[in-house]
Amino acid sequence: MSATGQSGFRYIGKKRRTKEDPRFVTGRGRFVADIALPGMKHVALVTSPHAAARIKAIRTDKALALSGVQYVLTGAELCAGTEALLPGVDAPKVTRYPLAHGVVRYAGEWVAAVVADTRALAEDAAEKIEIDYEATEYVLDPEKSIAPGAPLVHPAHGSNVLYRRKFVWGPVEEDFARAEHKLALRVRWGRSATVPIETFGIAAQWDPGQQLLDVWASIQMPKYPDQIARALRLPGNAVRVHFDVDVGGSYGVKRGIKHTVLVGYLAKKLGMPVRLIEDRLENMRGGDMHGPDRIFDLQLAFDSDGTIRSLKIRALDDVGAYAGRSPLQLGKPVGAIVGPYQIHSVEYEPISVMTNKTAQEAVRGFGQSPTNYALESGIDAVARHLGMDRIALRKKNFIRKDQFPYLIPSGTSYDSGDYHAVLDKALAAADYPALVAARDAARKAGRLAGIGISSCLEPSGGNSSFEPLFNPKNETTTWMDSCLVRIDLSGAITGVMNTSSSGQGHETLVATVLGEVLERDPDTIRVVHADSLNALPSNSPVGSRMAIMLGGAAAGAARKIKATLLAIAAHNLHKDVAELEYHEGSVSVKGEPGQTLSWAQLVEIAHRKFHQMPPGLEPGLQAKFVWEVPTGGGLPTADGRIQMYPCFSFEAHVVLVEIDPETGQPKLARYACGHDCGVMISPDIVHGMTFGGIAHGIGAALYEKFAYSDNGQLESQSFMDYLIPSALEVPALTIADHCTPSPHTTFGQKGSGEAGYLGAPAAIACAVNDALAPLGASIAELPMTPLQIWTRMQLARAGN
Amino acid sequence: MVPMKAAPFEYARPETLSEACSLLAEHGPDAKLIAGGQSLVPMMAMRLARPAWLIDIARLAELQHLTAPAEGHADEVFVVGAGVRQCVMERDARACANLPLLAKALRWVGHVQTRNRGTIGGSIAHGDTSAEIALTACVLDAMLELRDTAGVTEISAREFFLAPMVTAILPEQCLAEIRFPVWRSADKNIQRGCAFEEVSVRHGDFALVSACAQLELDADGRCLRAELGLGGAAPTPLALPEVGAQLVGAKLDEQAISAAAAAAVELADPEGDLHASADYRRHLARVLVERVLRAAQQDARSKVGT
Amino acid sequence: MSDERLYSVSIEVNGTLREAQVPARLTLVDFLRDTLRLTGTHAGCEHGICGACSVLLDGEPVRSCIMYAVQADGRKLTTIEGLAQPDGSPGALQDAFCEAHATQCGYCTPGMVIAAHALLEANPAPAEQEIREAIGGNLCRCTGYQQIVDAIKLAADRGSKGGL
Repeated sequence: MSATGQSGFRYIGKKRRTKEDPRFVTGRGRFVADIALPGMKHVALVTSPHAAARIKAIRTDKALALSGVQYVLTGAELCAGTEALLPGVDAPKVTRYPLAHGVVRYAGEWVAAVVADTRALAEDAAEKIEIDYEATEYVLDPEKSIAPGAPLVHPAHGSNVLYRRKFVWGPVEEDFARAEHKLALRVRWGRSATVPIETFGIAAQWDPGQQLLDVWASIQMPKYPDQIARALRLPGNAVRVHFDVDVGGSYGVKRGIKHTVLVGYLAKKLGMPVRLIEDRLENMRGGDMHGPDRIFDLQLAFDSDGTIRSLKIRALDDVGAYAGRSPLQLGKPVGAIVGPYQIHSVEYEPISVMTNKTAQEAVRGFGQSPTNYALESGIDAVARHLGMDRIALRKKNFIRKDQFPYLIPSGTSYDSGDYHAVLDKALAAADYPALVAARDAARKAGRLAGIGISSCLEPSGGNSSFEPLFNPKNETTTWMDSCLVRIDLSGAITGVMNTSSSGQGHETLVATVLGEVLERDPDTIRVVHADSLNALPSNSPVGSRMAIMLGGAAAGAARKIKATLLAIAAHNLHKDVAELEYHEGSVSVKGEPGQTLSWAQLVEIAHRKFHQMPPGLEPGLQAKFVWEVPTGGGLPTADGRIQMYPCFSFEAHVVLVEIDPETGQPKLARYACGHDCGVMISPDIVHGMTFGGIAHGIGAALYEKFAYSDNGQLESQSFMDYLIPSALEVPALTIADHCTPSPHTTFGQKGSGEAGYLGAPAAIACAVNDALAPLGASIAELPMTPLQIWTRMQLARAGN
Repeated sequence: MVPMKAAPFEYARPETLSEACSLLAEHGPDAKLIAGGQSLVPMMAMRLARPAWLIDIARLAELQHLTAPAEGHADEVFVVGAGVRQCVMERDARACANLPLLAKALRWVGHVQTRNRGTIGGSIAHGDTSAEIALTACVLDAMLELRDTAGVTEISAREFFLAPMVTAILPEQCLAEIRFPVWRSADKNIQRGCAFEEVSVRHGDFALVSACAQLELDADGRCLRAELGLGGAAPTPLALPEVGAQLVGAKLDEQAISAAAAAAVELADPEGDLHASADYRRHLARVLVERVLRAAQQDARSKVGT
Repeated sequence: MSDERLYSVSIEVNGTLREAQVPARLTLVDFLRDTLRLTGTHAGCEHGICGACSVLLDGEPVRSCIMYAVQADGRKLTTIEGLAQPDGSPGALQDAFCEAHATQCGYCTPGMVIAAHALLEANPAPAEQEIREAIGGNLCRCTGYQQIVDAIKLAADRGSKGGL
């Protein structure tokens, strides 16, 4: 590991083109909708128009009578033929199947699936399916949902609460009693999600001769093949998931279990290849793709000098009608519950509650960005309360760089960081004095302008410690990832990864790491995605983990190859390995450059000349490496302390927002982000994901919301109403890099797949509130739309 | 369920306008005209519209004309074929010179890709209250020429829009051309200006509210003529001739502008939706009327001496 | 199959005349992808907002999801595949997208390249705001647009107009 940061590498950290870009820019990516299987049939879905109802009857005869229609599947058949999908927490009565059976629990829930020769014909037939419903009581508000007497989304579960626990880490009450000041605030994170431009899709084909289900899917899901096989009552080795499908964006959301169980069942049942490509409206309404929807109640205890002593957070999360992994999104933030601050004790009460809405899935950061927004709102509230500068307050409470490793009250140790330096870099990149001058000039001219600051963590290296924390029956303590490296007879290098990618540039990552270790040009290295029957264990690119985990596994495999080459050379040069040196693939005797075996010679010995191989070595030249998450492997303590993730990236955002004082429209005038994710393996990729994360955060802060009507209908189910920021809403973005290597990883790298998103909403909310402050107005709910902002301005003006 | 593939339909691409009118007469309400299709095709995808026949008039040469009035005539009309694409209009120097308000309105219409397909007539015939071209036609008091097999009917744009997505056009009629009055005169002392403003959540989205105005001022800055209107503030695009008349003879100082905006809001009748409440729309209407009056005045003054 | 009436279309796609019998309701994007198997053009929303399906119709960018194939009969189309070099390697504009790493998942990329190509054809030296307006009808969820804007600037600086 390089202690000096970004320097000292051959390929890592250098400006290099990615391996993936050429196929994407020429339209030669291979996405799931590009896969055409001979004789493939198409699915259209019939969905519930009710937020809650009993299904009295389903009549399919008119649909089946249309030419080109192959089959209509309903919940009764599917529930009998498959296992229920797994909930993420211990809630066995919250059962779920891909199609509703007897009861629907949200508007948009799938009720029947039509299979036809084309998607258009399937839609024609879907219109002809007649369903009798008896509407029942529903609940849409999470606070009403936990109140006594609320209609139960799953009556068998006995409550709408999926998970609730009050964690107390450290002397919270004592710290509150001792503090000179206390304050409480409530902030709300609106229901938005990642909304990739490609919807979810899956194609499946059953081979009765091999008894094998082939699956191509737009997927980003740990243990996906296992879950499919289990639900379809197939042995794990009867499902082959092809991970060489390019995924058109995911950012957490593309889990697709229910889609795949449905299509896999149909493909097997009908003996025909079947595909389901969600259309956009399905994707928005029924495809399990809404994100956290949280009410945070915070209390902070602090002293007059700005020292924050203790923190209480109650987080009420509306996860919609089913469990999935959504409650666990309240679990991951346990590992960074104090953010970058030295806070002595914490009380945290996560409450996961069901309502009659679309179910929640993973969103970039897995619950961390909402938590960061709440925490940063609390920090700003303290600054306002004390009349203290927001930057000075942050710096006063930041964990200092000499305090790492730093153990936070909830049991996680932060690896490394220099928060003061990164915030300073962000302020410099934004030209903070000029920003203040611009804000003040705008205010003098009668306009509204505000500066936002946020300083947030990105836990990275994706572990699953929240699983045993939130579900004692789940003792998962490894979240390994793997890489296989092969050197073929020609000397060419192939890296094999074991999951699909959704834009993170993993092929470039693996090639760069293999090139770095083996000192071979990454451009000559091929990287392929194994299918699930060929694959080594992987837990997919979730939790900002692949630079660490796949990068670490690739390095581990490459080092094994290197060790083998050295052993072959030692044997043939009759020297100890210690007497040899490796250089760009050839091995020489130190000080005797004539005594060299070239890469080609070494490879040929391994592949052809067993008689020249050292005893005990396997012929051929390949190596696998399976890596457990560094710092992982532990179970939580009784009071719920756990090492959550291994590495902690840091980002500081500085933003200037202007608000039209008459219309309430916000405009981002300047945006800078200081970012430290340790050693960047591919700077262009890190920057790209960070820019994208910021844009996504701008959406969550200002534009995007899955809004429901009072009768439980999703009102923002098209791109006309769910507003993703365009190039005209996202301003020019500046990133200032900093590098504090992680001691836990191969090259000092940390994760960056969620970067930008983890601090942008907090910073923008802070800026909007700074802009509104002269009016005496404030806003504590995302997204801060023009309507919301104007409403707050009106209320404040009326109050004046 | 919400479909995304259109229900089946039959397609015809007539060679002449008269042939198109015959097809409309033959199929009646089952038929729908398509030109650019930028609003219709999404509605058909969701099966909110499901015509049995789609009659494609995009290529009819008879609908592609842009005819400027001859020089020297006061208050002549600029004739725009209904099938003229928005991008063509945008790039046409004579059209922009004669109809500066429409030129400004077009900048707010959708995105490059939609303006490349969308037509002037199609936007009007669609009848959306927030459509910029429809608002401009109302404010300028354009005349619409409707064709059917029986001949030609004319209707003022101000009478054309009846309710959201409902217009006075009959199922057998085709909007053939729009005659926009051109404001000009030989008197060099008259200053002319116009402005178009709107508020949408994102650029290129449907306007929450839009407003536009066109003015003539004398050398002293006194208003000789004023037309203005609001989009998205009522079930239909709203021309406000009575508010314009109120400004004639006045200097457009802040008091006059504020009074005009208040009068405009009195006439507005907005609906609330996900992105804007009725109150917010009313407020935006006031703000935008003030802004376009200021900006149009500024525009007029900036032309002094040119 | 159904008894839906089929219409003859004859469309020049990337310089090659393509003829087919299609139902009237087949969108242009489905025609390109499913009938011609030119899968570089992507469907993102199918209601004319996201721009992923953008293609050049007689040189102008349009959304192929809100146009029926029958409407393109007799016209000339250029798709993302048509902007590559004959051997399939990136054309000049596409190369600039690679150099600036203007793509991540690659799903919006074809539409972005098409929009950028049309911009640079009309305006070889666009200002940043003009670039943002030209791609304002194309949504991207990965990049925050920064590296896309950079790529288009780079292509303009190189004096390239995309393609060959």
